Amino acid sequence: MIQSTDEKDIEIERRFVPKAKDINDEIAWAQINKDVLRSMERPRLMYWVIFLASLALFGFGVYCEIYQYQNGLGVADLENPQVWGLYIATFIFWIGMSHSGTLLSAILHIMHADWRKPIYRFAEAMTTFSLMTAGLFVLVHLGRVWEFYYVVAYPNERWAWPNFNSPLVWDATAIGTYLTSSIVFLYFGMIPDLAICRDNAKGVRKKFYWLLSLGWQGTDRQWANFRVAYLTVACFLIPLAVSVHSIVATDFAVSQQPGWHITSFPPYFVAGALYSGCAAIITLFIVLRYVFRFEEYMTMPILDKTCRLTFAIAMVWTYLNLVEYASVWYGDDPVAKQTLLFRATGDYAAYWWAMNFLGSVVPFALAFKSLRNNIPVMLVVSLLLNLGMWLERFMIVTPTFAHGFYPWTWTDHWMPSWVQWGIVAGSFGWFSMLFMLFCKIFPTVSMYEVKEMVYHRFVARKARA
Amino acid sequence: MSKAHTLALFNDFEAAGRALQELKVSNLPGFRMDDVLIKSPIEHPELSEMLGSRPVYVQLYTLAGAVLGSTIGFTLIASAQGNFLQQIRGGRPIVPIPPDMVLTYELFILIGVLMTVVGCFIAWKLPGNRSPLYNTRISEDKIGILVKADPLVIPKVNGIFERHQPLEIMGEQGR
Repeated sequence: MIQSTDEKDIEIERRFVPKAKDINDEIAWAQINKDVLRSMERPRLMYWVIFLASLALFGFGVYCEIYQYQNGLGVADLENPQVWGLYIATFIFWIGMSHSGTLLSAILHIMHADWRKPIYRFAEAMTTFSLMTAGLFVLVHLGRVWEFYYVVAYPNERWAWPNFNSPLVWDATAIGTYLTSSIVFLYFGMIPDLAICRDNAKGVRKKFYWLLSLGWQGTDRQWANFRVAYLTVACFLIPLAVSVHSIVATDFAVSQQPGWHITSFPPYFVAGALYSGCAAIITLFIVLRYVFRFEEYMTMPILDKTCRLTFAIAMVWTYLNLVEYASVWYGDDPVAKQTLLFRATGDYAAYWWAMNFLGSVVPFALAFKSLRNNIPVMLVVSLLLNLGMWLERFMIVTPTFAHGFYPWTWTDHWMPSWVQWGIVAGSFGWFSMLFMLFCKIFPTVSMYEVKEMVYHRFVARKARA
Repeated sequence: MSKAHTLALFNDFEAAGRALQELKVSNLPGFRMDDVLIKSPIEHPELSEMLGSRPVYVQLYTLAGAVLGSTIGFTLIASAQGNFLQQIRGGRPIVPIPPDMVLTYELFILIGVLMTVVGCFIAWKLPGNRSPLYNTRISEDKIGILVKADPLVIPKVNGIFERHQPLEIMGEQGR
């Protein structure tokens, strides 16, 4: 008999590690293919509503960008000292969103957390599209966008003096690496599923999937090489993800601005990134579950685990937030202390308190099982968490510029213009549009991994019996 | 001598395992276990083990990529900074090691990742290597065993397959 799990291990697991049933482990493999492929063909009407709304939002963002391009950054109210505005705040937000894809697909893959299998694909797609969106903001916030390559560490024969010591140059390199690696990881992990699509498609779609599946036939040699390569890329991605957000944090932390010059910024940014990404995963989980009728794969026990993971990360973020406040409060930098007080009591105080409430108090809703099992509540909570995390980035950028070292530079009442808001809204449209297109063209549930999940549970059940 | 192929489809791993076991001990002339391939919708290491040792060399590409990435990364950046030999830098180092390590690290990962995937594609012998027999039910839920052997041996191999209730046996004259 071919048995993949030792009976003794199963007995120990049965006695000491009771597990909720993440998915129906009696589902037939052929049914998994059928369900996922059908969902791509015929999503609910809501799919088109979301897609068209995203398209409209994106169109408005493009209009704002063209307007800004033609009239200069002045129309966005970007001038000294407010030189970054919403653009860089939203840039950090999108970079942060990208981290949870790596968390779900790479970290949980290495830890053999089975429950990630039905949901990691869309988290990976989220990573890729978030990075593409973040990259846009690097371009959008430039006064002379046609000279964007100054941020890239290109050879210096033009004597253009790119500053290799600047975190901004590191940033461009790190994001470029992360985007390339994420696309490779997403595509590579999808090859067995693309072969399934190829075997079931007709006409042009068949040709398309045939090209992408690279002749995959599921041979033992292909599987063995695939496993090693996938695991290796996953191992590369984890330090890469940490390095990317650490470098983004370094953009701030190495400067002398009061409120930014803090050693704990890199871990704080990484925790915030994981936090906002996990909240976004909950939102997209609920949307995809409804739109693509994935109730049998994106199940409540998996949502429950995702929520618990988010809660744990929320507490880490809260702790690091307190560390930041404490180190400023007890530190010997009166200007930084003033900036902290300004955040809590000045013109932006409402946003600061909202950020702390949404980021540190609202996640306690995730601690209650009855709430975790309530889908509408979780949708609202996840959106609130993301709002809180966006406010966190806003609070990092805007009040610091508004209340720097010199009182004559203070711009306490500064608020972004409609052009900035339009471009930020457009970025959400761009992300949602790309994400929805991806979900229509590619399988968002990893069919072969769900089959593995079902098979391993079948073997375990058989051994128990 | 030209070889022929045969592909048997099985309903589950147990049946495929029993057929493989019998093939392994059959000692048929003109047949080697090295010429057997399993095709399955998921990986099954225990079944693959019955085919004998089939080493994976992807890690070597990863190592090469990591070394190459670090070297290229540092060299490119340092050579770009080499221009600073002719430009006044106010006493700062021409090639500052700590910041360059960041960029070197990113390229180490980038080329490591790319080489890992390229190594995997090379191991798959893509895009040219397509084994001649395939059934779309393999990507659904069936297990295939593909055997390449002397044409004279193929009926005996099929005989072994038939003893283990295959769903279908497909044949084709190969090279």
